[in-house]
Amino acid sequence: MAEPARKNVEVPEGLWIRCTDCSAMVYRRILEEELNICPECDHHYRINARKRIEQLNDAGTFEEFLPDLESTDPLEFHDRVSYKDRLEKVKAASGEPDAIVVGKGFIKGRQVIMGVMNPDFIMGSMGAVVGEKVAAATERALEGTGKETLPLVMVTCSGGARMMEGMVSLAQMAKTSAAIARFHEAGGLYIVVLTDPTTAGVAASFAFLGDVTLAEPGALIGFAGPRVIANTIKAVLPEGFQRSEFMLEHGFVDRIVHRRDLRSEIARIIDYCNK
Amino acid sequence: MSTQPSTTGPAGHAHSFVLEFEKPIAKMEQEIQRLEASQAESGRDYAEIIASIRDQLDKALREAYGNLTPWENVQVARHPRRPLLRDYLQMITQDFCELHGDRLYGDDKAIICGFARMAGQRVMLIGQHKGRDTREKIEANFGCAHPEGYRKALQKMKLAAKFQVPIVCLIDTPGAYPGVESEERGIATAIAVNLMEISLLPTPIVAVVIGEGGSGGALGICVADQVAVMEHAYYSVISPEGCAAILWKSGEHAAKAANALRLGPRHLKELGLIDSIIEEPLGGAHRDPKAAAANVERWIGRSLRDLRRLKTETLLKRRYERLRMSGKFCTTPSQTVETKPAKGRSRRGAAEPKAVSGVRS
Repeated sequence: MAEPARKNVEVPEGLWIRCTDCSAMVYRRILEEELNICPECDHHYRINARKRIEQLNDAGTFEEFLPDLESTDPLEFHDRVSYKDRLEKVKAASGEPDAIVVGKGFIKGRQVIMGVMNPDFIMGSMGAVVGEKVAAATERALEGTGKETLPLVMVTCSGGARMMEGMVSLAQMAKTSAAIARFHEAGGLYIVVLTDPTTAGVAASFAFLGDVTLAEPGALIGFAGPRVIANTIKAVLPEGFQRSEFMLEHGFVDRIVHRRDLRSEIARIIDYCNK
Repeated sequence: MSTQPSTTGPAGHAHSFVLEFEKPIAKMEQEIQRLEASQAESGRDYAEIIASIRDQLDKALREAYGNLTPWENVQVARHPRRPLLRDYLQMITQDFCELHGDRLYGDDKAIICGFARMAGQRVMLIGQHKGRDTREKIEANFGCAHPEGYRKALQKMKLAAKFQVPIVCLIDTPGAYPGVESEERGIATAIAVNLMEISLLPTPIVAVVIGEGGSGGALGICVADQVAVMEHAYYSVISPEGCAAILWKSGEHAAKAANALRLGPRHLKELGLIDSIIEEPLGGAHRDPKAAAANVERWIGRSLRDLRRLKTETLLKRRYERLRMSGKFCTTPSQTVETKPAKGRSRRGAAEPKAVSGVRS
């Protein structure tokens, strides 16, 4: 599991806030109206799954699948606190049962199956619930309308596998990838939107298996966390390392898309792919 | 008695390496060696003393190895004398025909591939090699593969699948390499693509974790129809040091992390995440590599024979259900799920493979 990025934090508290990137003073309401993007420097703040779903889907069209799925804590994991307590706390704070919301929605009138990960929930980490919801959503997209598959859109945001579920988490990587394999085999269209951060076990499974891979600007995207790499090679990492722009330059991302344009970009790709 | 400086290479170093909990055991082993040497030299009969020390040694080994803590188990898995891929190649394969290169970038020495005959069958062997001496270790990057390693593995696996050759994967890696080049060449993508494509390969696949099963780096070649972990190997989502660094804010708490992660194969078997535990000779594979290799070979032979009886369609259906079954670690308190339940969850028994009966040494 990679550690969270240094810079791209969530929107700070308060009526007026200082942008963590450009230091401009921004009125909080304006920032929120602008899809959590700094109006001065365009910095994309992390946003939670519900907000994202609202932003991406046509108003009132989203229907959630498997809303109550919860982890069984298969390892009865304890570090300094127990995983059970950690889960209870995060559930209460975020109002979510786990780190992803999946369901059916419409983007500019085009029906899609969608999954959106939640940075508020143990850094969007993938345990059994995330893996199950991704696989189930993929199977739903594969079933589609009964005649045709439905486009699958995954908005990823995750530090990786959730170590508190041990090997059960690692197994989710294989599971989600196998589900995506079947979906591709059936000719399904899979669009991924990489957001800050998408690393480790999620990057090395369903996040990098899209037909088309979009990324929000400035997102941390990679396998190993930057701190781990810096420790391994004992050197300072190059500027912009593992950011969306770096990934684009190295050939792993199709397009970097401003949050404001995501809806229309996704819709247009669906059209180009005749879905 | 005196050792020439020229003979104390890294291998010599490894030979004298003793784990903390093995110190009393090592003492007894040395004592036996000393007595045997002196017996041979002087012609005096120490058989009785030797036999009694052997008894004690046996008891000490049974005690130590019967109750290894997860952290001790990790240390055994990383033991410098533990047999590595190259040793298994020598011990259980014949006519190895190595195949190099990923056709895209290079030939990663951390992953070794090739046709081989083993357990009476012709197979494609894919394995991770950590390297024994310093030169080999550097060449193999200590078993930490770059993207080209995973791409090479996939390319050879596809070759095997094309000609219905079964695939045998031997896993031993601390993890995929966390470096700049690794990221630049797309390590995440390489592993992801392997997970996806291997799940569809129309040929039987078996995998054995022979030493370290380090996270995504291990999983990248460990999608299989039957998975075994050796008795003192470990397979984990994160290294105990890495886990400790994040949750305890210091890598020094690795032992605690190993406990919390329940490292070691037994728990994985209980959870149904692996099919078998391959027994090791008393005191670990490094005490008797041949016996360990024979157990590995027997398990591979049996598993492949079982899998070859399945029609390809059944094989792939079963593979998917196996991967899918990890959904059983979710619950829905309200039971108002509108989505149809995942196959793996509702048919737990069926999703679990017919166990290849426990391998005995």
